[in-house]
Amino acid sequence: MENIIELEHVDAGYPGKVILRDVTFSVRRGEVFILLGGSGCGKTTVMHHLIGLNPVLAGRLTVAGLEWSRRTRAELFRKIGVMYQSGALFGSMTCLENVMLPMEEFTRLKGKDRREKAMALLNDVEMADAADRLPAEISGGMRKRAAIARAMALDPEVVFLDEPSAGLDPITSSALDDLILRLKNETGKTFVVVTHELPSIFKIGDRAAMFDKARSGMIALGSPQELRDWSDDPFVRKFFNRGESHG
Amino acid sequence: MGVFESIGRGSVERLRGFHSWMSFLGETVVCAVTALIRPRQFRLRDCALAFQRSTFDGLPISTGIGFLLGVILAFQSAAALKQFGVEVYISDLLTIALFRELGPLVTAIILAGRSGSAFAAEIGVMKVDEELDALTTMGLPPVRFLVLPRVVAAMLAMPVLTIFAELAGLIGGAIVLDMMNVPNVVFWRHVTATANSFMILLGLAKGAVFGMLVGLIGCSSGMRASKTSDGVGTATTAAVVGGIIAIAVSDGLLAVLCYIWKI
Repeated sequence: MENIIELEHVDAGYPGKVILRDVTFSVRRGEVFILLGGSGCGKTTVMHHLIGLNPVLAGRLTVAGLEWSRRTRAELFRKIGVMYQSGALFGSMTCLENVMLPMEEFTRLKGKDRREKAMALLNDVEMADAADRLPAEISGGMRKRAAIARAMALDPEVVFLDEPSAGLDPITSSALDDLILRLKNETGKTFVVVTHELPSIFKIGDRAAMFDKARSGMIALGSPQELRDWSDDPFVRKFFNRGESHG
Repeated sequence: MGVFESIGRGSVERLRGFHSWMSFLGETVVCAVTALIRPRQFRLRDCALAFQRSTFDGLPISTGIGFLLGVILAFQSAAALKQFGVEVYISDLLTIALFRELGPLVTAIILAGRSGSAFAAEIGVMKVDEELDALTTMGLPPVRFLVLPRVVAAMLAMPVLTIFAELAGLIGGAIVLDMMNVPNVVFWRHVTATANSFMILLGLAKGAVFGMLVGLIGCSSGMRASKTSDGVGTATTAAVVGGIIAIAVSDGLLAVLCYIWKI
């Protein structure tokens, strides 16, 4: 299967501060890839490199055929969609206006067509009923659904989701996992998900890369089941055994 | 930390701050020029909303302060002018002081406290909520989307607020002089004789400059807010303090220029 994201010996962090060293992995087109690890291990930092928010400190990073550089950044933004942890919907706009915004700026669609396309996207994420409501008037789970619809507004090649389950109850979280799986199957898009929620990891993840803060690097790569059942790394075993280091 | 190290760190920090401010300013100018060439890129709705909040919501306080300023100035100057029996000239003094200097200055300080801080808080909270990152990864420059509409709104709001504050100040002065047995007709005749359109326009232009500075400093403080719990609070304080300092410095510079150009 074709790789849509490739990292080769990438140092992740901020100018003057390396958090993870020598990160190498690739993401295949059409899979749900999980960036996994404990709190503060640098998984969101890796995502920020992948979505072009932070410059790559060392190594080579390619996303959707574009090698990261300041020049390719704008082009990269057209090929990706991002759902942030808080949803990051604009508070002064309704859900519908939030989804329409990228289309307003980057497509030649007329007002009516934009509205129809945005409504279809909101319908896909089961948010059509809340289209005219402001983000402050809906629940956290609904905000994340609307944010996924906005992330998909420009038909991106890769959709990045930062901690989709964070702050949600298990039922809402599971429903969001179902949504991600459905969107993956229906659209064939690639999803990169940052999470440390074990049920989500096993439910939606095709493959995962695991990071460790103490060793400042990537420590495991494979399917969630492989990592859980076959890894010899004590940290990986401990993580999948919910902190209990037996076996 | 040694003395030299702390001086060095402080200097580097200052230079970084200067660099980031200049980058912000440059980006804003580029966005403004682009918006002039392609007006469709300008977020008119956001600008109208910011203008409404800055102007109509700020009108009662700026008019009220303007009125009190007129009353206080009239009373204070009356103490001196009464000795010479020329209380009627209080109207001339008020006209020149309000139109040339105090109207725009006081209104700008109110704008810095109300709108400058609001801009910093709004953008700071958006930064904490990752909305600025969301704009960036959607390919929408936050400066074009958030800063430019607010700066333009502040620039347009200032002349409106200033003219109302000046008129309120004159009304306050008229009431005080009426209490001192100077008829209103005389007061307003002196006002119209002293004021001229150039003086009024100069004051309004100063107001627009102050509004631009308040908008720029408010927005830049919000954009530079740290993503911590007290980051937004610090940004808001920086917006007000920075705004007031910028108003005072630019007012001084404008006063020097007016003196050199004899206007």
